[in-house]
Amino acid sequence: MSEQNQQAVARYRNNFLKEVEDRVEDGEWVKMCMQCGVCAGSCPFGPHWEHSPQKIFMMIRAGKREEVLASDSMWMCTSCYNCIVRCPRKLPITHIMHGLAHYAHRLGMAPKGQPTREIARLFWNNLAKTGRVNELKFSLAMYFKDGFVQGIKNLLAMQGIGMGLMKARRLNPMEILGGHKCKDKDGIHKMIAKAREIEERKQGYAS
Amino acid sequence: MSEIKTAAYICSGCGLGDKLDIPQLGKIALKEGKMALVRDHAFLCNSAGVQMIRDDIEKEGVTHVCIAACSRRAKTEAFHFPTVAMTRANLREGVIWVVAEGSEHDEVRQEMADDYVRMGCAELKKVKLPQGNPNTTLQKRILVVGGGMSGLTAAFEAAETGYEVVIVEKQAQLGGWANKLWKRVPFKAPYAEPQATGVAELAAKVSAHPRIRVHLNSTIAETSGAPGRFTVKVAQESGAVTEESGAVTEEAIGAIVQATGFTTYDIAKLPELGGGQANVVDQAGLEALAQAANGGVLKRADGKEIKSVVFLQCAGQRDETGKHLAYCSGHCCATSIKQAMYFKDANPDTDTVVMYTDLRVPGMGEDFYRSAQSKGVIFTKGKASAVEAVGDSCKVNFKDLILDEATSLDADLVVLATGQVPSAGVNLDAWDKVVSEADGGSEAAKQNKSEMQKTSILNLAYRQGPDMPQFKYGFADSHFICFPYETRRTGIYAAGPVRRPMDMLQATEDATGAALKAIQAVENASLGRAAHPRTGDLSFPMVRLEGCTQCKRCTVECPFGAIDEDERRFPVFNEQRCRRCGTCMGACPVRVISFENYSVDTVGSQLKAVEIPDEFSEKPRVLILACENDAYPALDMAGLSRTVYSAFVRIIPVRCLGSVNTIWITDALNSGYDGVMMMGCKKGDDYQCHFVKGSELASYRMSKIGDTLTQMGLEPERVSSYEVAITDNARVAKFINEYVEQLVNMGPSPMKGFG
Ligand code: SF4
Ligand code: SF4
Ligand code: SF4
Repeated sequence: MSEQNQQAVARYRNNFLKEVEDRVEDGEWVKMCMQCGVCAGSCPFGPHWEHSPQKIFMMIRAGKREEVLASDSMWMCTSCYNCIVRCPRKLPITHIMHGLAHYAHRLGMAPKGQPTREIARLFWNNLAKTGRVNELKFSLAMYFKDGFVQGIKNLLAMQGIGMGLMKARRLNPMEILGGHKCKDKDGIHKMIAKAREIEERKQGYAS
Repeated sequence: MSEIKTAAYICSGCGLGDKLDIPQLGKIALKEGKMALVRDHAFLCNSAGVQMIRDDIEKEGVTHVCIAACSRRAKTEAFHFPTVAMTRANLREGVIWVVAEGSEHDEVRQEMADDYVRMGCAELKKVKLPQGNPNTTLQKRILVVGGGMSGLTAAFEAAETGYEVVIVEKQAQLGGWANKLWKRVPFKAPYAEPQATGVAELAAKVSAHPRIRVHLNSTIAETSGAPGRFTVKVAQESGAVTEESGAVTEEAIGAIVQATGFTTYDIAKLPELGGGQANVVDQAGLEALAQAANGGVLKRADGKEIKSVVFLQCAGQRDETGKHLAYCSGHCCATSIKQAMYFKDANPDTDTVVMYTDLRVPGMGEDFYRSAQSKGVIFTKGKASAVEAVGDSCKVNFKDLILDEATSLDADLVVLATGQVPSAGVNLDAWDKVVSEADGGSEAAKQNKSEMQKTSILNLAYRQGPDMPQFKYGFADSHFICFPYETRRTGIYAAGPVRRPMDMLQATEDATGAALKAIQAVENASLGRAAHPRTGDLSFPMVRLEGCTQCKRCTVECPFGAIDEDERRFPVFNEQRCRRCGTCMGACPVRVISFENYSVDTVGSQLKAVEIPDEFSEKPRVLILACENDAYPALDMAGLSRTVYSAFVRIIPVRCLGSVNTIWITDALNSGYDGVMMMGCKKGDDYQCHFVKGSELASYRMSKIGDTLTQMGLEPERVSSYEVAITDNARVAKFINEYVEQLVNMGPSPMKGFG
């Protein structure tokens, strides 16, 4: 259990709803759900995930902390906003889903190896490093995320497209050596650090 | 009335002149209809046309007017001649708008019009101008039974409208259930917080009102009479707060509002949900705890502070097993929300869970629900299977219906949202049984009868029993689908939860409506007029007692209990209780009951006035007896929408199918009609019959007519019945066309030519 997770558990005991309200972006909306199921019926991912938003909200109220935070549902959300426009109670469902995903990730409870989570993580790490996305490194990291052998297989499969891109000068192989950076890399790092600090203060991790 | 002078007026406007031979209609009115005066007019309903009729009434002494123009339901303001008797021949909606276009139909169209003129004239000679019930009564005081929120509201509203009111309340103070509530569900914007009941203020206003007299600790020993002339004996229980204890006071009353409310369903009947356990209460029990807490933290009976509470909705309600209440009481979801707020407002950290299968918050309840959610009340969709006492608290075992799993919750207190059980007095079906057994000499039944009598609320001295009939589930009578205030006891209106389950806001609105109905009733009675649905009708049933065989059919069949019996078992009509449906007239086997403008003769003469073509003409004739409330308007609407139906039918509107006397059917078949269609309102549990039982009684009578038909050598299909709603304009044309086709296939009636 991560330290932050331990701290959260200690603080909220069995009141997971309260925890979500305090710590998850837009979490204070969860109690307003009236369980109509419109979101569940609207989501294009309906059949492919473990729990519909409706269920996630009910589980939060029922105190099912582990199950909610480990659910893959929040990671499956494509931000289509279907649910938001349809929810009769005007819950910002998409935002709550992302808020929950983010929270689960911070606590280290998000499902391991969940592909969308993995992409998000790689993308962020790549971006945060230099303040610019290095497409070549990002693609390679993606190919090799499931191990070396799979990485080679992926590379071979994508070979044609890669060559095409290079020919069209859309992909520079030299980027592998460091690559472009933004002008003030340290500034970016400071900015990110500050944002995190504000967030921690706001959501009460500091205490 | 001395001399009668008849006149027929034939309109050639609205296309009638183009489609019909107007001079021929005039000739028929004169020669066959034997009208003293016949005129036609190009636009009868315009001022010139109407003036022409008025002049004839004033200068020519016309006393009876037949208007051959549009439907009797059209142009009623133009053709309003209150000093003369009137009939209408429906040539527009009934003929030119429904007979197919084209010259090949000219002949049948004209025949149809000819017949309607014949019928209008024939009827005219049999009707009299109704004079109104001579027994008008001027008593307009309104009795309100029950001094709870509904009763207080009805009383206050009626008094403020200018009527004197008497309240009879069996408790020692006014207020009823509302007295026991800490707060009520909000009834004003923003519908977010529980509100004060305001019952004490209302009770004070009522007590101080100069036009209201209050009897506390009192019940009704007897109610006799009829609207406008009830005599009500009010019995005061001993130990009373006012003057004479044990005394009986007589009140002269015009109309009655019964607002006797409800009791809560007994939680002892719900042991599986913890009924009977110390830490399980019903909603009334919770109100008591809240009153004791007086805005502070709520404590259980044992003094322990309540830190967690679970509300179980639909406890003993919406039950499909037949063990508990089958219905939803409507208020309980909002009530639990309100009560959950008692906890959250006193201590936001209290765990409050409302467990529901369907949360039903009608009206503005949705806002209230949201408000509770934002206060942190948890709503769980689940079904409780058992409540166990575990140590000092309760364990609620339930199935979570969203997460689809069996689970449980612990709580210091469980509140069961039980339903409302109406206090409607004696069930008349049970009463009838007991009375007939008692009349048969059974001592047990006699004992039973007097026990039942004690539970009566109104103690009506009516032949039909001591209270109003009950509707479903023991609620007081209501014409639920169409006219919810109407009961089968004229001038007696039920209001509030005794009529159907409802919350306080609905109850106060209901009571206001009932007060207005009561006012209408006394006003109509004072003018000798009928109450709903023939509001303002001046005709009333008259009986030729010389011919009466004391068969009691009228007394038994009158849906409104209007007819009592005297010592010699002759019927005694209470005109003010009568709704003028004519069911008694339809029931009477010796046909001695009639109205001035509606009788066995007025209809009989119409159906006999129709010219029946011979069996070789290939022109069948079908008589339609159509209920004037729904079927006849639907037929008019068919005309209005130019829906074509067969020109072989002849339609006579009747007040209610209940008024159809079988003699009309046999007369029609004897005179050579090929078939008879009866069109009336829906019967059964979800009846729409304006007179409640009329269409049902008609269908019962018709079920017996088969034998008569067989004796006449006729096929049973020659008489058919249809349920027609007011919206059925398309269906009604289909019924007609299909039936006529069926008759054509059967071939002409063998009775033709013998009539
Ligand atoms: S925004 Fe996300 S949760 Fe909402 S419907 Fe779209 S994919 Fe589903
Ligand atoms: S649509 Fe809104 S109210 Fe309905 S279940 Fe989804 S989140 Fe709840
Ligand atoms: S049956 Fe109808 S018309 Fe006859 S007394 Fe009763 S209410 Fe009046």
